Amino acid sequence: MSARRRAGESSVVTGLVAFTFDGRDLTAEPGQSIAAALLAAGIRSWRTTRVGGRPRGLFCGIGICFDCLVTVNGTASRRACLTEVGGGDRVEHQEGAGHADDAC
Amino acid sequence: MTTPTADVLIIGGGIMGASIAYHATAAGLSVTVLERGAIAGGTSSACEGNILVSDKGPGAELELALLSRRLWQRQAADLGAESFEFDAKEGVVVARHEAAATALRAFAAGQRDAGVEVQNMDLAGLLELEPNLARDVAGGAWYPQDAQVQPMLATARLLARARGRGGTVQGGTTVTGLIRDGERVTGVTTDSPTLPSITARWVVNAAGSWAADVAAMAGAPLPILPRRGFILVTEPLPVLIRHKVYTAEYVANVASGEASIQTSVVVEGTRSGTILIGASRERVGFDRTMNVEVLRRLAAQAIGVFPILAGVSLLRTYLGFRPYCPDHLPVIGEDPRAPGLIHAAGHEGAGIGLSAATGHLIAQVAAGITPDVDLSPFRPDRFGEVTA
Repeated sequence: MSARRRAGESSVVTGLVAFTFDGRDLTAEPGQSIAAALLAAGIRSWRTTRVGGRPRGLFCGIGICFDCLVTVNGTASRRACLTEVGGGDRVEHQEGAGHADDAC
Repeated sequence: MTTPTADVLIIGGGIMGASIAYHATAAGLSVTVLERGAIAGGTSSACEGNILVSDKGPGAELELALLSRRLWQRQAADLGAESFEFDAKEGVVVARHEAAATALRAFAAGQRDAGVEVQNMDLAGLLELEPNLARDVAGGAWYPQDAQVQPMLATARLLARARGRGGTVQGGTTVTGLIRDGERVTGVTTDSPTLPSITARWVVNAAGSWAADVAAMAGAPLPILPRRGFILVTEPLPVLIRHKVYTAEYVANVASGEASIQTSVVVEGTRSGTILIGASRERVGFDRTMNVEVLRRLAAQAIGVFPILAGVSLLRTYLGFRPYCPDHLPVIGEDPRAPGLIHAAGHEGAGIGLSAATGHLIAQVAAGITPDVDLSPFRPDRFGEVTA
C-alpha cells in the first residue's frame, strides 16, 4: 500500500493521476476511485437529490446505494465509489438524476 | 368457539382478492380475505401495474378490459388517484418493420370496431408523442385509454376501503382445506390458531399463479400455470419516455403457447423516475433462477426502441409468475363441479387491469345479480378433463 499523500502536495509527485472536478485541478492515486479522490481533496458532497435538492456524497461506498452519483466526461450518474479516476477525466457535480438535456 | 362466517371468503390477498373485497363490501356483503403470505406478496408485487386495452383483440377479454378501464377511473375517483399512482399515461405501440405496421393497422381497425380508442401514427406523429424514439420505425398506433397503477398501493387501498366497510383481512394465514356439505363448498379450514375454520356462502379462489392448488383441493382441477417474466429497472431519470411504449410483437407473444423464451420489449417511466423494461415470457414453472440472456435481450430491444437508454444504468431486475390458461383467458365464475366455489384467477399478465371488472362481476354473482358481462367464455369447466 502506498503512503497516503495529501492532495495539495501531491500534484508534482510522479505517478499521480490528474483530473478536474468542476474545473478545479485535482490528483488521485493510480487506481483510486473518484469518491476516494474527492474525499481526499476535502470534498464531501457532489450531488443534490432529485426532490429536495439535498447534498449527497459517499454513503455505502460499495456500489449499492447509488447516492454518490457524479457526471464523468459528460456521462451522468456514474457511481463515484466504483469509478476509477482516469487521467484527464472531467468530473462534474450532478444535480438530481442528471440527463437533464434529454428530458422531454 | 363458534365458527365465524362471512358472505364471501376470499383466498388470496393480491389485487384480485382486494378488488373482489372492495366491490363485494360495496354491495353490502360481509367479506373475509385470507392471504398465506404478505398482502400483494405474489404476482401483484412482481409486475408493472398495467391497465391495458391496447394489447387485446376483439372478444371477451377486451370487453373485460374496457369495463375495467371505466371502473379503474371510478376507483381512482373514490380512493384518490394519487394514493395508488393511477396514471392515465396512454399507450404507444411501435412497429419496427413494414409487415408489423400493416398487421398493427389491421389489428387496430378491429379494436376500433369493438370500442377501443386508437389512432394510427406515422413516424412524425410518433416522434411528437415520444421525442426520444428511434427513427427507424415503420409506423405505430396511439391508445389513449391505456393506464398504469402502482399495484401494491392499489391492492392496499382497495383492501383498506373494504376494511372500512367492515371487511376482515388476515395475512399469514394458509387455507388448509375446504369444508363441504355434499358437493357444496361451505367454508375453509386454516392453519391459524385464532381462525381455524370459517364458513361462507361463497368461497372465492383468488390465488393467482397458485390458483390451481385451491382448485385441486376442491377436486375441480384448473390448468392454470405460471409463466415467468423479468422486468429491468433503470436508475431514476427525468422524463425521457412519456407513455407506455411497446413493440407490435408483444401481442403475438402473449397469445403464443410456446414454451421457449419470448421477449418483446415494453418500456415505460414511473412516477418515481425509474424506467421499467419488460416483458419476457418463459414456461419454467416456479423457477426463480436469474436468466442473464433474457435480461440482455430485453435491454438490447429497449435500446433499439429508445437509443437514449444505451447511456442509462440499470439498478435492479425482478421477476414474477403470470398465471395463464391454455386459451389465455381468465377463469371467472362459479365452478359447477364445486358449487359455492367461485374462481377469479388466470389473468396472465393482465391481472392488475382486469381485476376491476373481475371484482365487480364476482360481487354481482355473490349478490345474486346477473353479471354485466357474459361470463360463459371464462367458465371454469371449459377445459374438459384436465389433470392437476
